[in-house]
Amino acid sequence: MALDSKVPKGPIKDKWTEYKNHINLVNPANKRHIDVIVVGTGLAGGSASATLAELGYNVKAFAYQDSPRRAHSIAAQGGINAAKNYQGDGDSTYRLFYDTVKGGDYRSREANVYRLAEVSANIIDQCVAQGVPFARDYGGLLDNRSFGGVLVSRTFYAKGQTGQQLLLGAYSAMNRQIARGKIEMFNRHEMLDVVIVDGKARGIIARNLVTGEIERHSAHAVVIASGGYGNVYFLSTNAMGSNVTAGWKVHKKGAYFANPCYTQIHPTCIPRSGDYQSKLTLMSESLRNDGRIWVPKNLEDVKLIREGKKKPTELSEDERDYYLERRYPAFGNLVPRDVASRAAKERCDAGYGVNATGEAVYLDFASSFVRYGTEQAKVQGIKNPTDAKIKELGQEIVKAKYGNLFQMYEKIVDENPYETPMMIYPAVHYTMGGVWVDYNLMTTIPGCYAIGEANFSDHGANRLGASALMQGLADGYFVLPYTIGDYLADDIRTGKISTETPEFEAAEKEVRERIEFFVNNKGMHSVDYYHKKLGKIMWDKCGMSRNAEGLKTAIQEISDLRKDFWQNVNVPGTDTEFNEQLAKAGRVADFLELGELFAKDALEREESAGGHFREEHQTEEGEAKRLKEFQFVSAWEYKGEPKDAVLHKEPLEYENIEVKERSYK
Amino acid sequence: MSGFFKSSIGRKVSMALSAFFLMVFLLQHLSINMMSVFSAELFNEVSHFMGSNPVVQFALQPVLIFGVVFHFVMGLILEIKNNKARKVSYAQNNGAANSSWMSRNMIWSGLAILAFITLHFIDFWFPEINTKFIQGDWSGLHNGEFRYYHELQEKFVNPIRVAGYCIAFVFLGLHLAHGFTSAFQSVGAASLRKKLGVIGKAYAIIVPLGFIIIALYHHLNHNH
Amino acid sequence: MNLTLKIWRQKDASTKGKMVDYKVTEISEHMSFLEMMDVLNEQLVNSGEEPVAFDHDCREGICGMCSMYINGEAHGPDRGVTTCQLHMRMFKDGDTITIEPWRAAAFPVIKDLAVDRSAFDRIQHAGGYISVNTSGNTQDANAIPIKKEAADTAMDAATCIGCGACVATCKNSSAMLFVGAKVSQYALLPQGQVEAADRVKNMVAQMDLEGFGNCTNTGACEVECPKGISLENIARMNRELMKASV
Repeated sequence: MALDSKVPKGPIKDKWTEYKNHINLVNPANKRHIDVIVVGTGLAGGSASATLAELGYNVKAFAYQDSPRRAHSIAAQGGINAAKNYQGDGDSTYRLFYDTVKGGDYRSREANVYRLAEVSANIIDQCVAQGVPFARDYGGLLDNRSFGGVLVSRTFYAKGQTGQQLLLGAYSAMNRQIARGKIEMFNRHEMLDVVIVDGKARGIIARNLVTGEIERHSAHAVVIASGGYGNVYFLSTNAMGSNVTAGWKVHKKGAYFANPCYTQIHPTCIPRSGDYQSKLTLMSESLRNDGRIWVPKNLEDVKLIREGKKKPTELSEDERDYYLERRYPAFGNLVPRDVASRAAKERCDAGYGVNATGEAVYLDFASSFVRYGTEQAKVQGIKNPTDAKIKELGQEIVKAKYGNLFQMYEKIVDENPYETPMMIYPAVHYTMGGVWVDYNLMTTIPGCYAIGEANFSDHGANRLGASALMQGLADGYFVLPYTIGDYLADDIRTGKISTETPEFEAAEKEVRERIEFFVNNKGMHSVDYYHKKLGKIMWDKCGMSRNAEGLKTAIQEISDLRKDFWQNVNVPGTDTEFNEQLAKAGRVADFLELGELFAKDALEREESAGGHFREEHQTEEGEAKRLKEFQFVSAWEYKGEPKDAVLHKEPLEYENIEVKERSYK
Repeated sequence: MSGFFKSSIGRKVSMALSAFFLMVFLLQHLSINMMSVFSAELFNEVSHFMGSNPVVQFALQPVLIFGVVFHFVMGLILEIKNNKARKVSYAQNNGAANSSWMSRNMIWSGLAILAFITLHFIDFWFPEINTKFIQGDWSGLHNGEFRYYHELQEKFVNPIRVAGYCIAFVFLGLHLAHGFTSAFQSVGAASLRKKLGVIGKAYAIIVPLGFIIIALYHHLNHNH
Repeated sequence: MNLTLKIWRQKDASTKGKMVDYKVTEISEHMSFLEMMDVLNEQLVNSGEEPVAFDHDCREGICGMCSMYINGEAHGPDRGVTTCQLHMRMFKDGDTITIEPWRAAAFPVIKDLAVDRSAFDRIQHAGGYISVNTSGNTQDANAIPIKKEAADTAMDAATCIGCGACVATCKNSSAMLFVGAKVSQYALLPQGQVEAADRVKNMVAQMDLEGFGNCTNTGACEVECPKGISLENIARMNRELMKASV
């Protein structure tokens, strides 16, 4: 099947408006007869559920957590971008569009990104109306901060908990619809398959995670909003339960999976402390606004620091290497995430890592204490302030901005970051790849949509900070509700979809067989044993830098591990109770397939772009080298084993932006 | 409004309102009793006024009794309801880590105070009612003199009773140590929290201490 | 370090539970509490026993899913943390640690340490929102200036993660800190004014219906709250309800 992105014709700034003017609509009376299933209730799924219900559709929403409010969107800290230009610093829809395409290393679809930038301002209006308490200045107007990879201040924030506040906003909009009976909420439910009837997505098979019951749910359309697949690495900043299952199931039923190898490794995470580690904790990128990243210049100092014989604060300025400022003078500490992460890896690989494992660099706030402190002393009219007073005043400002992050760091690491620089190291954070969708956000299965992190569309090969929240809410509040109507307009006479059909029967049977296998297998290794092994292969061979040899080995190793899993996995307990191990077994089984496709995709993409860095393709200075012939989206069609997947290419054309060497120097 | 007092918060507010009333009463009671330490005549005069003034007797006194009974009954209802809100109790619970003993044991300090009120009624209130309403003697005189000061002193002869009173006042102090600020919090006085905390502590110490001083004073200085 | 764990085991809501003792060895002080629980569960799975069920997800203190009553305190002895952020350095070698689920009639046990907190959701359904359509045609975000102080105080209230530690720790199993925080967030913002009276009435009515106890202002919730939600939010809710009722 040829890929049709269905991008409307016309100038880019009119595409979305023109599109909306000409699509089919469903009249309000008919919407009452149409059901929509939404899987996942984070920013994308939550906002989509609320809006679809408000429009009049009957929504059934599913979450594996005990409440929509717990989806992992809640953990996003730093902020949300919007081209409001409240700061008057030259921002515009075009500039946000430009930054996002450039930040994504020219691997995203122009029309989608432009639409995203276009609706971004609406999101802020919407959220403020919902009572989201964004940070404000003393004049009572909204405050902004800046994020990596851009030259304007367009990031709106609510302390270091922006994702939480936006999610609670979407959750509140859902609550209103749940109270009206327009959303039926299924908490602690996991989607285990999609049901295709006459070539269209018409329902799902879900499992009640408390009772173990297998349920059939029908609808006229199915929306996948289940987030990213970073947990394929075992260790990531994702929640423990985050998984690829919903996306993978639709992939196996015909939806193409795009660019699985584009993974974002976030530069500012708390370093690993030991093998028992279950997850990694992110420190907001916003910290790079005020923190400076460095390692010692001399290896002797590194040695002394690792042995605990020297403190980082004892090193003078000229004994420090502020390597981002050195390499990228224009953007300095605010280079995009992929660049910052690789630079940290480069220094640590060269032996300059500052903790026991050699995998950490410093993020130092000392100079912002002085900068803010001096300013505050002036503001408060303190004459000849002492250094200690300046530091104290500066720390108060930093505390007001990032207090919760500093506290979180101290709780985890047991060091006071006001007194000694933080230690950070990159960690898997976000997956730009995902289910392939067209301009309508529809997958290659008619009636099956994918939104938010679950789809691939807007971030290309690298996502800019504060853009995930923007995309999730744009998809859910403002894009999908239009595009889905165009499809559902044909369904007004369909009537209720029956679940008593051979298609539902077959899908349920498949799900049941798999669950029965797990609880009866009684093998010798726990689910986590396999997950950890998979994670290690992924991190070592498909991590921050990749090469052909490593990727080939990874494909073989993952394939072998998968075989072993299906023979020797041990799942305790039964299938008729709350059984976390059983739920996890299903998720890891899907990761074991995705991981292989991931490596295959990385192997075939013979270039470096954004989060995908191939050692064979770099400049002499070690920067990523993009290749013109790879200016396409890799969309994979499922054909049984991951190694047999068939590649479909969606060429990327840039008419409104000049494809350039991405430089932050 | 009737719905309000049926809600959990309404009940809480009604506890606070009755508490305010009782706390004002305590101040009034303390100040009159304190007069007995300084001047027997003044105490007699004021006592007679309070004991014979129809407004006090037929309006304030029933309100007071209602206040006491209401505060007690509502407190008990809330306690029962609250116990029902947790059916299985913790195997280990470290309440001291997050709250004061007083705040967690209002029901016990309250019951101790209730026991005291019973004793107090037997000592003073029942005889008063008997004199005034059954025997019909509203003169306040005994052998031609005001009887109030004399009766007061008589009650504090027995050291066991005095000890009982003092212990009850300690419980009153404990009850007030949480109750004072709690009542203000219940009616929503949030911004004054710190100031009220200080005033509350002072009140919870001064009022019971005053009563204890009065009891001890009369025990040590009676004229028999 | 080596530890003895006393853990509540309960098969499901309708079965009676009991405390069971377990031993774990070689626990690193750098582990988080849940990583220690992972070690125990791996040990149980490998020896053919059923692992201990507990709720957890983000493991960075924001989703509000984790919920353990540790040594008599919600989220354990540390302050300002959820169970997942509690680290083993708070304990000593040889310690016995008691681990129980949140206990409240309104939070029935699902299994072992996992409880059903859907009562919180139902309270939110009753009024935890501002009725605004997601049309994209709302007025500009800066059309109504909001005092920084009000926005910040609203944010502090909105920080609540809905974990239920307040209910678990309250001697009365009262949910007033949770409800007070939500009522406060909206009461402090101009956008929340229109529906303020109905919101507080409906949310309090639902809270009462769910079987939570009454607040007696012990202040335990504020101390144990991992996000430091202030008791002032309860006072504000009381005021709001009084205002709404007169």
